[in-house]
Amino acid sequence: MDSALIPKGVKRCPFPQFILFIAIVGAVLLWGVYAMLLCWFKGLNQTNMNDFYGFALWIWADLAVIAVGGGAFFTGLLRYIFGKDELKNIINYAVLIGFICYSSALLILAIDIGQPLRGWFIFWHANVHSMLTEVAFCLSCYFGVLTIEYIPLILENRQINKVPFFHHLGHNMHEIMAVFAATGAFLSFFHQGSLGGVAGVLYGRPFAYREGLFIWPWTFFLFTWSAAACGPCFTILITKITETVTRKKLVKDNAIELLAKISGWMILTYSIAKTADTWHWATVTVPSLGQTLMDFYSNNPFYGIWILILEIAICGFIPAFILITQKGRKNSAALWIAVFLAVTGVCINRWVMVLQIMAIPVLTFENWVMYLPSWQEVATTILPVAYGVILVAFSYRYLPVFPNEPELNPIETLPPEKEKAVEPSVELEKELKPAEA
Amino acid sequence: MFPFNFEWIWDMGHVVFMGGLWYALTILGIGMTYCIIKAAIDACRGNDEHHH
Repeated sequence: MDSALIPKGVKRCPFPQFILFIAIVGAVLLWGVYAMLLCWFKGLNQTNMNDFYGFALWIWADLAVIAVGGGAFFTGLLRYIFGKDELKNIINYAVLIGFICYSSALLILAIDIGQPLRGWFIFWHANVHSMLTEVAFCLSCYFGVLTIEYIPLILENRQINKVPFFHHLGHNMHEIMAVFAATGAFLSFFHQGSLGGVAGVLYGRPFAYREGLFIWPWTFFLFTWSAAACGPCFTILITKITETVTRKKLVKDNAIELLAKISGWMILTYSIAKTADTWHWATVTVPSLGQTLMDFYSNNPFYGIWILILEIAICGFIPAFILITQKGRKNSAALWIAVFLAVTGVCINRWVMVLQIMAIPVLTFENWVMYLPSWQEVATTILPVAYGVILVAFSYRYLPVFPNEPELNPIETLPPEKEKAVEPSVELEKELKPAEA
Repeated sequence: MFPFNFEWIWDMGHVVFMGGLWYALTILGIGMTYCIIKAAIDACRGNDEHHH
């Protein structure tokens, strides 16, 4: 039914099966949309946010998707600026994942501000002393960059590519993609960093506060570093999940292994820097502010010292050591574990830097304040996941996301007599001529 | 925000923040304008010498 839209040389599931899958995920999406409309029409009283939790599940989700979406800017940097040609086989998917992550982040922010019609205020009435203003600027601009990087992929659809203007547009965009990628890397560096900087400058909250370099607290650099380190792991993880679901090998091993190796070294150096930062914070910063390390990890029902060990040791050093060794990268199970742990680690880091900060008492008469999100918050956080699955499904079906797929999964040729029976007419063959771009 | 808005102040914060925003948007705008105009010209001329 939609075979004319499917890339040449690849096989896709029957159209009814595809529609059924979209309908199931679409139902989850609609649940999220319903919760989103409740938040917009009835207000933020639909959430469990309060005076203690001005930042809650949404901001954690926001920071987490931005961190894992960092795979797009870092892979783009490696591919277009440092010339790592092996990554050309995975860059399309990295861009798609980044596009989904950043559009999800903007969607979550649109719900979180409560008054989406006033979203433009941050650009027009900008508070230039706020790190969040920088985040809003860079996030919006970088989403523009990702859109520009995603458009050529859409233009390579078999039917769209037949239109000469779109064919040339896609080609021209490819030619100057390095300019866009460099701009994206610049923007990403600053907004990833500023998200960390927001926590690091909270001098009234010793758990978050850090010294730093000039106006930037150390968390500024650690956030950028961790996104560049763990973002590619998320790209690999989603690629592996896609390969499992489709039961196909979609990307050559050399691309995955190179990305995993670079990511491994980035995670290792990040984990060392994070350990040094934590050690200095625990032994110098915290005592100077009249507290001890265990003040932040005791006398509460959830946040124990385990979360620190889990974040740095288990989800930091272990994946790093797996990914920097050739044996670890080549072992499928070890690779799965490593990328899963790395992605979990960066999500825990964002959780700690958003929600544990809010939970810890900062005045002598306060107690720990726990938080449980409302179903509306949960539904609107799952909404971007469903949206992402749908966009991946459509892109995988209709766009040449994986350049290696036809080579890695050759379509079985039929016996001559059967082939003759299903041979398409000359007109149809002409119609389905592959895109040359 | 532009320099002609009433909130604008000529200080480092405004120049760096807003300058950075307009700088990034200008690069993206010029890049896309170049691609679109060149694509229109190529399509009109019927050029088809692309090899990816």
